[in-house]
Amino acid sequence: MRRLPFPALVALLALLTAVLFASSLLVGPSDIRIGDAFGALFGNEGVTTMVMREIRLPRAILGVCVGATLGLSGAVLQGWLRNPLADAGVLGIGSSAALGAVIAIVSGLAYASPLALPVSALAGAGLAAILVFALAGQGEGGNGLILAGVAVASLTSALTALTLNLSANPFATLEIVFWSMGSLGDRSLDHVYLALPFMAVGWLLLASVGRSLDAMTLGAETASSLGVRLAWVRAIILFATAAAVGGATAVTGVVGFVGLVVPHVLRPLVGSRPSRLMVASALGGATLLTMADLAVRLILPSRDLKLGVVTAIVGAPFFFRLILHERRRSMR
Amino acid sequence: MNEPTTSGRSPKRQRRHLADCAVLGALVVALTEPGQAADGAPGRVVSINLCTDQQAMAIAAPGQLASVSRLARDPALSNMADAAATLPVNDGRAEEVVSLAPDLVLAGSFTSRATVGMLRRLGVRVEEFPPANSFDDIRENLTRMGRLLGRAERADELVREFDARLAAFESDASETAQKPVAVVYHIGNGTDGRGTLADEILTAAGWDNLAARLGLGSYGALPLETLVAGRPDLVLVGGAEASWSTEALPNARHPAIMAATDNGDRLMVLPDRSTICGTPLVVDAIARLVDERHRQATQRRPAP
Amino acid sequence: MKLSARDLAVRVANRTILQAIDLTLEPGEFVGLIGPNGAGKSTLLRTLAGALPHGGELTLDNRPLAGYSARERARRIGYLGQDRHVAWPLIVADVVGLGRIPYRAPLSRESDADRQAVARALRLTNLEDLASRPSDRLSGGEVARMLLARLIAQETPILLADEPIAGLDPAHQLATVQIFADMARAGHTVLASLHDLTLAGRWCDRLILLEGGRIVAQGAPEAVLTPERIAETYGVEARFDSDADGLIVVPLRLVRQQRREVR
Repeated sequence: MRRLPFPALVALLALLTAVLFASSLLVGPSDIRIGDAFGALFGNEGVTTMVMREIRLPRAILGVCVGATLGLSGAVLQGWLRNPLADAGVLGIGSSAALGAVIAIVSGLAYASPLALPVSALAGAGLAAILVFALAGQGEGGNGLILAGVAVASLTSALTALTLNLSANPFATLEIVFWSMGSLGDRSLDHVYLALPFMAVGWLLLASVGRSLDAMTLGAETASSLGVRLAWVRAIILFATAAAVGGATAVTGVVGFVGLVVPHVLRPLVGSRPSRLMVASALGGATLLTMADLAVRLILPSRDLKLGVVTAIVGAPFFFRLILHERRRSMR
Repeated sequence: MNEPTTSGRSPKRQRRHLADCAVLGALVVALTEPGQAADGAPGRVVSINLCTDQQAMAIAAPGQLASVSRLARDPALSNMADAAATLPVNDGRAEEVVSLAPDLVLAGSFTSRATVGMLRRLGVRVEEFPPANSFDDIRENLTRMGRLLGRAERADELVREFDARLAAFESDASETAQKPVAVVYHIGNGTDGRGTLADEILTAAGWDNLAARLGLGSYGALPLETLVAGRPDLVLVGGAEASWSTEALPNARHPAIMAATDNGDRLMVLPDRSTICGTPLVVDAIARLVDERHRQATQRRPAP
Repeated sequence: MKLSARDLAVRVANRTILQAIDLTLEPGEFVGLIGPNGAGKSTLLRTLAGALPHGGELTLDNRPLAGYSARERARRIGYLGQDRHVAWPLIVADVVGLGRIPYRAPLSRESDADRQAVARALRLTNLEDLASRPSDRLSGGEVARMLLARLIAQETPILLADEPIAGLDPAHQLATVQIFADMARAGHTVLASLHDLTLAGRWCDRLILLEGGRIVAQGAPEAVLTPERIAETYGVEARFDSDADGLIVVPLRLVRQQRREVR
């Protein structure tokens, strides 16, 4: 297969992301014409500006940023753990972040300080990541790791539901659905300001481990001999993933499968090189999530279709196929 | 009950046995047959629904109401919390209701089907009242309650008072040429459209309901964008919902709503007790809305 | 560039794997590391590569190895492990290119030096035709050569290789030891663990015989590869011969009394 040169692939994905971002700004229940939309975004056109800036803009921004976070973290986890089935959702990191967030809300911490929410989500994500890395460190990089992640995801989802059920919240059921299925609906600029610093810190830290991931292709021992400081890199990945996924999940709930599907689809296009896959997956994730969010608004606009439903409908059969593919490969 | 004397029991034991049966029989009779007061009205009434509680407290004769639901004592939800403080309360469970030996139980049509079914199976008379979705419903519920409690005159009196207050509001409302626009906002982008009590309250107070104008029905979904684009002059939020804040669901504090209501200046919190039950006391809510309409009209008029 | 170990000891999970290891690797020599399975050869190689904590002294150019940064170490000591699993199907040239990681700054492009090093490594290992082949479509022997090429591309003064010719056909086995010998001649230091005693005897300048975590013999191949030594450490009887190019040692049968511990 003729490979697309890497810069061309990046440019293509960036263009796609930009186009989808713009489309996301143009979709909504109130009729706003394209010309008016962008004018109102920058100008001061009363109600239209309000709608564009307070409702559509944050949604579009979060679609791109959360998607990038999920795609990037998926690529990094797969590269570090040398396992194509890994992503923040499968390993329970997303659900643990959601549990952290819910605990912050229900305990009242989130009202004491708005930062408590993403920090708590970070802590939840971090705990799950520590567990995952401890298992991986003991040589459990294969199916055992995935199973452990599934167990963590199930446990933390259940605890989230329990916490909400026990709280005095009359909307507990709705909240449970939100946290487990994810949504970008009616997210405000406040959400963007809250999550973006955490995601950005995560991105910057993860960007620095590209070479280490390349080296990990040959295993931990060889990577170490190539100059990778394993413990240091592991700590960076752990913290950065917790921060980025924690920040994202704190405002959108758990959206699954993006980190699984995107790296898998793009891997052949970057020659399987983990460092390149990171960049591609960030853009690919932004693309996929924004597309899913557009689908949510276009397919059933009157019903409140959750984002995670769309990504699961696409991602779960994909995951299944991936498992079968891996089994066949390991039996060779 | 006749006991055979040839069974071989001693006469003393037979008498004791008879007495037991009599007590048991009396209990059964008491539990299964509705008692009647002298004039045919039920003597012991138990209400297990917040809305029937309040209507019953307003209409019933002194001593007729044996128990109301616990919610009736909550001042956030009930207009008659003080009155309810002097009455025994119940949690609406079949067992405890039956042990109160009521002649009549008042419930809502949304009260647990299991509870209502159990009460009926135990032979208790249960009358269900649907939630009021309009002023007509309010009148009907009152009238029916009056009939059931044997207090028709009292009920009619309340209806007349209600109508009088409404008439006053109506004349005030008809003076406004251009009706300002209001909308009810429920957490998670819900609203009350045509055919709801909230809609009638707004109209009676001289407001135009945005949701009705958009053709939304009873509990319509109102996307945030549509709400903002409709340029409402007033956004209404229910008491408990106003203080509730979650990450998952947008609530009235969403920046878009804040922006649309001049940073909350045109956001009004209606106490739940004024809207949750369709009782004549909805006039309190109407009065507040009328005041708000006047306030906004004054604001809009440039100072002379 | 001299790599020296003095009284080196390594314990893993309460077991002593290596002890009292004294050795020095000088530039320009191809040293063969031989010994039975479980003697600690892999552990020794990994320790010399700086991957394992140890007791005793380990110095590179008279400076403690631990004093070098990971990157400095990676530019001086190259390590080729036994694990030949490549996680992702990168093409051969890209896998070989991984050997240049110690020289590449983050987000930098391939330099000319990088390209040349990779090209040379591919040439030496006879992989030029396979440069664009995805690494999951290679035979076992080709994978071994590809990983060796990676080591070569790293251009380190010192090379440590753990069983580099396992699974290779005779031609490629010979080609590999020829490469090591040539590199030694060019000034590199090569320490490779080998099971083939003939190849070790003929191609290595020096042999280190490891048994039970200790060095039992060190020196010229003729001095180390004696019938008594072989019988004692390997528990086999071998036929010894030689020709113009060096020793021939062919294990023939097991010794009746096996004094060797099986770990």
